[in-house]
Amino acid sequence: MTTVFDPSAAAAQATDAILHDTLHGTARGVVVDSPPGAGKSTLVVRAALELAEAGHPLMVVAQTNAQVDDLVLRLAEKNPELPVGRLHSSDSDPYDKALDGLENVRTSAKAADLAGLAVVISTAAKWAHVKVDEPWRHAIVDEAYQMRSDALLAVAGLFERALFVGDPGQLDPFAVVGSEQWAGLAYDPSASAVTTLLAHNPDLPQHRLPVSWRLPASAAPLVSDAFYPYTPFRSGTGPGDRTLAFGVPSDGSGPDRVIDEAAESGWGLLELPARHTPRTDPEAVGAVAVVVRRLLDRAGAATSERSSAPSPLTADRIAVGTAHRDQAAAVRAALAVLGVTDVVVDTANRLQGREYDVTVVLHPLSGRPDATAFHLETGRLCVLASRHRHACIVVCRAGVTDLLDDYPSTEPVQLGTVVKFPDGWEANHAVLAHLAKHRVRWRPQSGRKAARRRRPDEHRVA
Amino acid sequence: MSLISTLARLEAVSTGRAQPSATVRHRHLGDRPLVFVPLTTAGEAGAPLGALVGTDRDAPRLLVVPQPRDRDLRFAFLAELADVVLPYVDSYAETVEAAERTETDPETGKRVKVEVELCADAPQLIVPSRAGIDLVRLLGRSMRFRRTAEQDPEAPYPAPPRVPLLGRWLTHFGERARVPGSSLLLAMTDVLGRHWVTGQSTLEDQHLGALLAWIDPPEGTTGAEAALRAELERDAQGQLTCPPAGPATDPAFDNKLLAPAIERYDRARTALAAAEDGLEADDRLGALTAAEREIRALVLSRTRPTWDAVWRGLDLLRELPEGARVEERWTRDRWSFTGHRDRVLAGEPPQPRRDDAVTAANKLATREREQARLEAQEALDDPLVMAGRRLSGEAFAGEVTDVAMAYSEGKRPSPRPLITVRTDDRPHLGERTKVYRSLGGKPQSAEFVAAEEDGAVVVLRVLDKMGRGKEPEPGSVPEKGDRVCFTLFEHEQRGGAKLPDPEETPWTHGGPPGEATLEAADPVTEEDVL
Repeated sequence: MTTVFDPSAAAAQATDAILHDTLHGTARGVVVDSPPGAGKSTLVVRAALELAEAGHPLMVVAQTNAQVDDLVLRLAEKNPELPVGRLHSSDSDPYDKALDGLENVRTSAKAADLAGLAVVISTAAKWAHVKVDEPWRHAIVDEAYQMRSDALLAVAGLFERALFVGDPGQLDPFAVVGSEQWAGLAYDPSASAVTTLLAHNPDLPQHRLPVSWRLPASAAPLVSDAFYPYTPFRSGTGPGDRTLAFGVPSDGSGPDRVIDEAAESGWGLLELPARHTPRTDPEAVGAVAVVVRRLLDRAGAATSERSSAPSPLTADRIAVGTAHRDQAAAVRAALAVLGVTDVVVDTANRLQGREYDVTVVLHPLSGRPDATAFHLETGRLCVLASRHRHACIVVCRAGVTDLLDDYPSTEPVQLGTVVKFPDGWEANHAVLAHLAKHRVRWRPQSGRKAARRRRPDEHRVA
Repeated sequence: MSLISTLARLEAVSTGRAQPSATVRHRHLGDRPLVFVPLTTAGEAGAPLGALVGTDRDAPRLLVVPQPRDRDLRFAFLAELADVVLPYVDSYAETVEAAERTETDPETGKRVKVEVELCADAPQLIVPSRAGIDLVRLLGRSMRFRRTAEQDPEAPYPAPPRVPLLGRWLTHFGERARVPGSSLLLAMTDVLGRHWVTGQSTLEDQHLGALLAWIDPPEGTTGAEAALRAELERDAQGQLTCPPAGPATDPAFDNKLLAPAIERYDRARTALAAAEDGLEADDRLGALTAAEREIRALVLSRTRPTWDAVWRGLDLLRELPEGARVEERWTRDRWSFTGHRDRVLAGEPPQPRRDDAVTAANKLATREREQARLEAQEALDDPLVMAGRRLSGEAFAGEVTDVAMAYSEGKRPSPRPLITVRTDDRPHLGERTKVYRSLGGKPQSAEFVAAEEDGAVVVLRVLDKMGRGKEPEPGSVPEKGDRVCFTLFEHEQRGGAKLPDPEETPWTHGGPPGEATLEAADPVTEEDVL
């Protein structure tokens, strides 16, 4: 017997159960796992509004200032009447200036100034400095899987009950010094807040959002299988609901062929010849830049369930993801040479929670002679491979599968720690095996030469 | 690995000599460090075989456990070690200076300054390699919960009087060694590896002999040749000519020399026990002493080369002038030493087996702060380290080509001069990125305004440290022609938020840990009485 999967109904059912546990449950905490693009922010905003309407004073803990500002804006958009407090640091320029234009949003660096407001939002770092006599009845902790256990320790005394929301597949929090000494302890300060919370409170209700609205039908199965093998999810749209078309035909070059492959199948792998390179591999960086340039030049149009007419694929709908900041800087510089300045280029860390139509990814293991835990981390690859609504193009040197086979993961086994599945090795193999079906091999000329050679094309397009 | 250390490694390979990666010494070296070269026995974790220990390079004290599985002999070894280490530690505990510390007044809850003692100097332990630090920790863990006959008359195997105290001190040294930039307990390979880059992998750098071979190869050989010899060369009996720095020994030594010697010792001991009269016992005692002497000679032959290598490493390090901010970090080590001295004097129990949630979080926060502090301070102290940060886009140096006065808006305009810097570096500057330079040892901040000429010219707005007046204080704003160096990283670390007290541990972390109870000694297991 086959039943037709109704994504909206499944998602609504999950949301109702979460809100019921949050508003009427007796447990001190509720944990919600959300795969990429499953409507986590929407859920947080809705839970905040319902708690506020029920008259429960609410504090919201997010991890970065950008996340806090984004939440405040979304809350104000949904309910402009709601009195919201934005607690901020005393640095210069502590919050998004757009907040100043909102009538019912009050900003302050002192928690006392915001007392009595329905909702007060800040970062975990700022909340850690707040002292209260009377704890908040309710809290929402956003991006709880990216919060470190010690950060939760600093703020948990501020609330009685909390809704913890986050994506377990994204990057784990990290410490810049060794923390093996505490591995296996339930309250290991370098573990994620949710790990510690559940270790001490295993009976808390746990929910998950079952539908990714961001990822297209071509991406959800791969991302689900590779990164969420035991908590699968579906895409909200079906095959053919989203299409990507280009007004300018392919010139037959590697970048154009990989763009066409990705437009067709949702994935593209632009494979450069095997070689050990420095992190800022000039050829790979140049290839990323050329792909972005061609994406813009070829007059792309994205059709999706959001609107009936195709929307143009503009610079703000494209992002480039890298593993390291120096790689991002190198890509930005290469893009500037090609005259592209307004495409977001950032590391996996900073792309978390963001969404684009097309992403171009410099594979974390491309050109490396070794596979370190950093580069193998599942979360890094998961973030990079799950930011897109239409297509993801990966630029990589050949030979990464061999590299993975040469460097099986050798992290020491620690007693008492929860083993994370899948490990980075497994997830990397799964993604590469899938990408191999969408491979375009290309031997670029040196970056600058290619750029010069391409200039006349630009004029022709313009 | 950063680009500059990759480059240095390549240069080391091509020149056959280690390349300096620092121009100053980034770790404190005391006048009288206690060098500790321990060896362990294969097959049992942390079973000491012997050690050379002392503060005089020409007169190390040799400690040996002739039968490492004998618990009484092991205790005797630890007691002897305590006799060397504890007087050394105590010699630093008495000379103090007056200092101030901010504490929370228990009655008013306010932060108040209190006068406290700070030890004028602190002891310093040096072991050959990182594995030596692990052994110090392990020895500390194995000793600090022991009970002496005085503490517990019922204890089946009471420890010699000062052994538990030695355990607490070694635990303190081992724990402090996890704090980045601390110098209370140093591994020679780590310190040398911080100051020189060799043409081998960092794993191979853990071999003290090979590392020194790269840094200071014998006349007429390259570092690579000398390192290979240090790792592999064996004499006619098949023994390594440069024994590993330990604590683990070479299997060929264990099998061919040590095991037969221990067997002879065992036989002599059994024979002595079976002696039937005084005359026979005298003879057999002589045989036993000879067997023991043989083992002592073997242990000395494997530790002495390492002992000499550690002192040679110290010589090399002392040739470098100490970095300007090393003293400040050493003061933190002195605080840490004084703090533990006070806990011991106050009769507090030994460090618990496991940290509670709040202690663990506090330690992690401290170490992360110290790591950031160390990275910033090393760069500020050392142009070569700064060059690495410049190469990776985290700092830039250049010449000031223009200064234009400007003021902040508002009721009382303050100076916000714009300075133009021409640089060959390529810093990762984004909109309004904050940058810092050292001005008389204090950080002065500026923000990025614009880049011109493809990034070769950077315009910055200076933000602070110019005094309260309308005109900046003399010398607080760089002038045209000045060489300046700005960093994108902060020079000083902010203190983190205060965590709750352990008794206020929230429900998310298991709630309060409960009353602190004196931890019981480790139970005696079968393995303890083999």
